[in-house]
Amino acid sequence: MSDTTHDGAVATSAPPSPDDGLTPAELAAKYGLSVSGARPGLIEYVRQLWGRRHFILAFSQAKLTAQYSQAKLGQLWQVATPLLNALVYFLIFGLILEADRGMAREVYVPFLVTGVFVFTFTQSSVMAGVRSISGNLGLVRALHFPRASLPISFALQQLQQLLFSMIVLLVVAVAFGSYPSLSWLLVLPALALQFVFNIGLALIMARLGSKTPDLAQLMPFVMRTWMYASGVMFSIPAMLADKDLPGWVTDVLQWNPAAVYMDLIRFGLIDGYGSGNLPPHVWAVGLGWALLVGAAGFVYFWKAEERYGRG
Amino acid sequence: MADDNTQGRIPTVIADDVHIVYRVNGGAGGRGSATAALSRIMKRGKGDAPGVRKVHAVRGVSFTSYRGEAIGLIGTNGSGKSTLLRAIAGLLPTEQGKVYTDGQPSLLGVNAALMNDLTGERNVILGGLAMGMTREQIRDRYQSIVDFSGINEKGDFITLPMRTYSSGMAARLRFSIAAAKDHDVLMIDEALATGDRKFQIRSEQRIRELRKEAGTVFLVSHSNKSIRDTCDRVLWLEKGELLMDGPTDEVLKAYEKETGR
Repeated sequence: MSDTTHDGAVATSAPPSPDDGLTPAELAAKYGLSVSGARPGLIEYVRQLWGRRHFILAFSQAKLTAQYSQAKLGQLWQVATPLLNALVYFLIFGLILEADRGMAREVYVPFLVTGVFVFTFTQSSVMAGVRSISGNLGLVRALHFPRASLPISFALQQLQQLLFSMIVLLVVAVAFGSYPSLSWLLVLPALALQFVFNIGLALIMARLGSKTPDLAQLMPFVMRTWMYASGVMFSIPAMLADKDLPGWVTDVLQWNPAAVYMDLIRFGLIDGYGSGNLPPHVWAVGLGWALLVGAAGFVYFWKAEERYGRG
Repeated sequence: MADDNTQGRIPTVIADDVHIVYRVNGGAGGRGSATAALSRIMKRGKGDAPGVRKVHAVRGVSFTSYRGEAIGLIGTNGSGKSTLLRAIAGLLPTEQGKVYTDGQPSLLGVNAALMNDLTGERNVILGGLAMGMTREQIRDRYQSIVDFSGINEKGDFITLPMRTYSSGMAARLRFSIAAAKDHDVLMIDEALATGDRKFQIRSEQRIRELRKEAGTVFLVSHSNKSIRDTCDRVLWLEKGELLMDGPTDEVLKAYEKETGR
């Protein structure tokens, strides 16, 4: 367009061709060229993403392995880290603060450990999601792939991390008198719903974080507030029982997605944690959160697909 | 070389007045202190976002490339060559103007996908998947990638983490992974300069092969010799603008005169 192109461009000495009078857009249309880096349709996007499923899996496993590859104990930390985490929380909330009101020791310990692990799953998916684009700009700027692969891959990494934690959790459950039963199978659908929810959240955070990397500094505070409001180390109804609050407040607090998924998994695992502790319609609420956040997050992320990677 | 396609020339890449702008956080004002950042936020609302400095890396570049061409990109450091390649590959969004391409152009490079803490073996698989190869393709080519890189010439290094490699070994492995895939429109960013002499000869050979298979090749290099050896057309970029576009000899002569060589 500028005159600089003219000094040399003529020298390519192409003979007059029927294409000469065309504008670049017309020329592109004539030969079926497409705009580079344009956003594909939603269905095409899902198809591309499915085509990259092996990459998504391999990338998540690689990140997981790389995490502890310098440590002497190596992959043992996958199990040791959540175990130590649970110990610290038990020390502070179980022994010092005595947050276990309304619960027997056999119920409280697995209750707390489940809460910590399940919440950590969502928490670390969010944290990884925030950085998934902004922290991998090199990758985004070097290779072509549906960008949603990154947040999904990070959420998948957290799922695998959680599976290691589940080993610890099951041991704790058995140690405190909850033995394997059919109800343990309920953990699987609950985790599946939470995973979909986490992916949606990670996708939303990834888009926000790509625009505003500062979120990575802010999110730990948001997540900690959320954790304390979700009844990770105490039972929401038991805590609010002696407060003069209308009943729906308890329901609303218990319907927050983190509390719902924690409660569903506790209900499945712990013998002494009956359905009386759960809010009404808990499975429907869990499914609703997963579908809502999962679908909304995916569409929201896809809407900016062509803009990720701008400096 | 270009003669046989002058008649029915099929365009592969059309760049139409491409502008690319980088935005850098915290670059404005030259001071990174907390008070400076705060005062930038307070001044919000005047024109651009606060604390963000714009770098106009490519300014209105237009050209059309045709099937069978090998195009060299030259220019001094920071003239926008690599940025332009990324825009052609659709990796960097354009601020203004459009790039039209035939199929999906790919940049030769997997550096960013590889992880230093993983073994070379796993990096071959990860890099291949990142480039969009299937697991079967990677399995088929795995041995040739390892052999080509020559990593195992001095013992079984492929099963060691990449952080234990010398920089030359790592560069060789990266190039071998990147060069394992066939491309429609291929872009090479100074990849020729990796490894020892023996490896350079091997990689130049591989690039010639890739050129034969690919429709169009773009090559960014500071070595005028390798541009002369491989390209029949050269784009000269300076400060983000297209200074010259023409046959290799003509442009290189002007470039050498300008840069005093």
